[in-house]
Amino acid sequence: MNNREYTIALAGNPNTGKSTLFNVLTGLRQHTGNWPGKTVVHAEGFFTYKDEQYRIIDLPGTYSLYSNSVDEEVARDFIIFAKPDVTLVVLDATALERNLNLALQVLEMTDRVIVCLNLMDEAKKKGIVIDIAKLSKKLGVPVVPLAARNKEGIEELLETIVRMVHGEIKTKPIVVSYSRAIEEKITKLLPLVKEIVGEEYPARWVALRLLDGDTSLLHALQHQPHHLLKGVPNYACHCSAKSI
Amino acid sequence: MRATVPPNPFDELMDYAKSLSDGDTREQIVSAIFQTSRDICKETITYTKREKLHETEKLDRIFTSKIWGFPIMLAMLAVVIYITIAGANVPSSLLAEFFGWFEGYITLAFEKMHAPEWLHGILVLGLYRGTTWVVSVMLPPMAIFFPIFALLENYGYLPRVAFNMDRLFKKSGAHGKQSLTMAMGFGCNAAAIMSTRIIESPRERMLAILTNNFVPCNGRWPTLILLASLFMAAGYTGGWKTLMTASVVVAMVVFGIVVTLTVSWVLSKTALRGMPTHYTLELPPYRRPKIWDTIVRSTLDKSIYVLKRAVTVAAPAGVLTWVLANIHIGDTTVLAHVAHLLDPFARQLGLDGYILMAFILGLPANEIVLPILLMGYLSTGALTEVDGLHSLKQIFLDHGWTWLTALNMMLFSLLHYPCGTTLINIYKETKSKKWTFVAFALPTGIAIAVTFTTAHIAQWLGLI
Repeated sequence: MNNREYTIALAGNPNTGKSTLFNVLTGLRQHTGNWPGKTVVHAEGFFTYKDEQYRIIDLPGTYSLYSNSVDEEVARDFIIFAKPDVTLVVLDATALERNLNLALQVLEMTDRVIVCLNLMDEAKKKGIVIDIAKLSKKLGVPVVPLAARNKEGIEELLETIVRMVHGEIKTKPIVVSYSRAIEEKITKLLPLVKEIVGEEYPARWVALRLLDGDTSLLHALQHQPHHLLKGVPNYACHCSAKSI
Repeated sequence: MRATVPPNPFDELMDYAKSLSDGDTREQIVSAIFQTSRDICKETITYTKREKLHETEKLDRIFTSKIWGFPIMLAMLAVVIYITIAGANVPSSLLAEFFGWFEGYITLAFEKMHAPEWLHGILVLGLYRGTTWVVSVMLPPMAIFFPIFALLENYGYLPRVAFNMDRLFKKSGAHGKQSLTMAMGFGCNAAAIMSTRIIESPRERMLAILTNNFVPCNGRWPTLILLASLFMAAGYTGGWKTLMTASVVVAMVVFGIVVTLTVSWVLSKTALRGMPTHYTLELPPYRRPKIWDTIVRSTLDKSIYVLKRAVTVAAPAGVLTWVLANIHIGDTTVLAHVAHLLDPFARQLGLDGYILMAFILGLPANEIVLPILLMGYLSTGALTEVDGLHSLKQIFLDHGWTWLTALNMMLFSLLHYPCGTTLINIYKETKSKKWTFVAFALPTGIAIAVTFTTAHIAQWLGLI
């Protein structure tokens, strides 16, 4: 009997249906709406699938994880420090190009990623056809097509989650190649990063953030926010305060 | 092993990285990521209906047009409120009649059991009457207004509102995203305060926090709609009456927005000086929501939520008000004493002591201001049989109300201090007692100034 509780993080651009997916998975009634910035604090919910417990955290919707604002930092810190067992990156299938930017950033941070291609029904209506298998191969992680508000694709997503938490899926995330100058600097920084920051953090990504002059990250690494590992008392929001 | 141990390896690492990095690192990183996204999409996506792709742009050209944007916005708001008022009348009266009819039976039961007079007073005249009033007056408009509002939101219209407002906010020295947090305030100011987190600059965030209260939230919509429909269109009948009422409510909202912009402008020139930050507001595509889901959920979530808040606070308040109204000091009741004490000041604002007392007791939640006021009035001995909106108006008239009283109460409700929950959130977000106090005092000062001016101008012009 496995009593472990698995943690799932939900990341994505604003307005891609993250909260809708959150509600479908947890059966909760977090307020959803068609506009950006709905989720500013992350909400937490629980569900059981095939006798196993899952805790799911709806991170604030952001366009990047470069810590421009509080919500981006919240999302970034959770993925880096809480190390969720699976990070679901929810993408709007009707605006894939723009949405992929965030997915690529998440893939630099962790390899336990499932890409959820949401709003497939809308994409179909607009005549957008996406080669799922090819996309999955390109990104190096599973891609699951969804229409969360119609509850389509949820079963497949849950099955993929189960297989990922049990280590049955080998992922090989795409590595974004940067300009030669940047790649050279990364190579110079890597050994130092591994030595000082430690192996448990994605060294290439940390090096990139350092080159970008992201001091807030280094600060966070130095004073690891342990509360994130134990739970999310600072952010936990059981829907009452934010539902309007 | 390294020869020397630096005081802090982290700082050294950062310094080393800094020495490597040049000015446009971020740009190079971002453009590499964008290029990768583009390449992936080129290989995985095919478009079969090119013409469908631009539907959103076409709609946006109308909804966010410089000429049509604002008229459409105001018209939409007017239509929503029109439907609300027109639709709520009948169910409100039916509910009130039903509760009145039922009250007769409860009273009979009390008499059968030979229950003491005071118990009947507390439970039936205080608790029951107070609560049922809240339900019959507030539920129907909410059950109509919230679902329509939610439908507009889910179609994607709200971000367009924000887009239209964006220019105005920038001009007043605030962040364009304040238009989003303001739109959120139409639902709930407490939630909107938390949503100001999307604004990065502390200065602009403070502006958004301090001015959020000037748009009516769930708890104040019913007050505005009810008072407008009772007093603001007295000379009209039928459809015109409803139209006039709706226009008054729309005017209130517009006024609230004007105050928001003005206060933002003044603050950004004085206490919170600075330039607005540049940012891009992304407009989501229009989507047809799951209509039935939206209606059911917004009715259940919002209406029941507001009602529950109102009833749970109104019920004890009903009892308290009844008790205060029945304990005598000398030959007047405690309630009358307090109201009497507040009366001279309230009169200056075009209100009366009971109204001001209701606002003060209503600090925990705006939803309960009207119920408390009604209970206060009912407890003065005028135990009229209340059986519909008409008799509701009669209660107000019996206490000397005119259209000016209603207008001033609406203005005060629109502009006064935020509710307790919102204040707590402001404190949590700003971590500053000083700014929390400003968030309380600033709107209150404005509310007093505006109602004072309105009342005196109306009297001076001889309108009343």
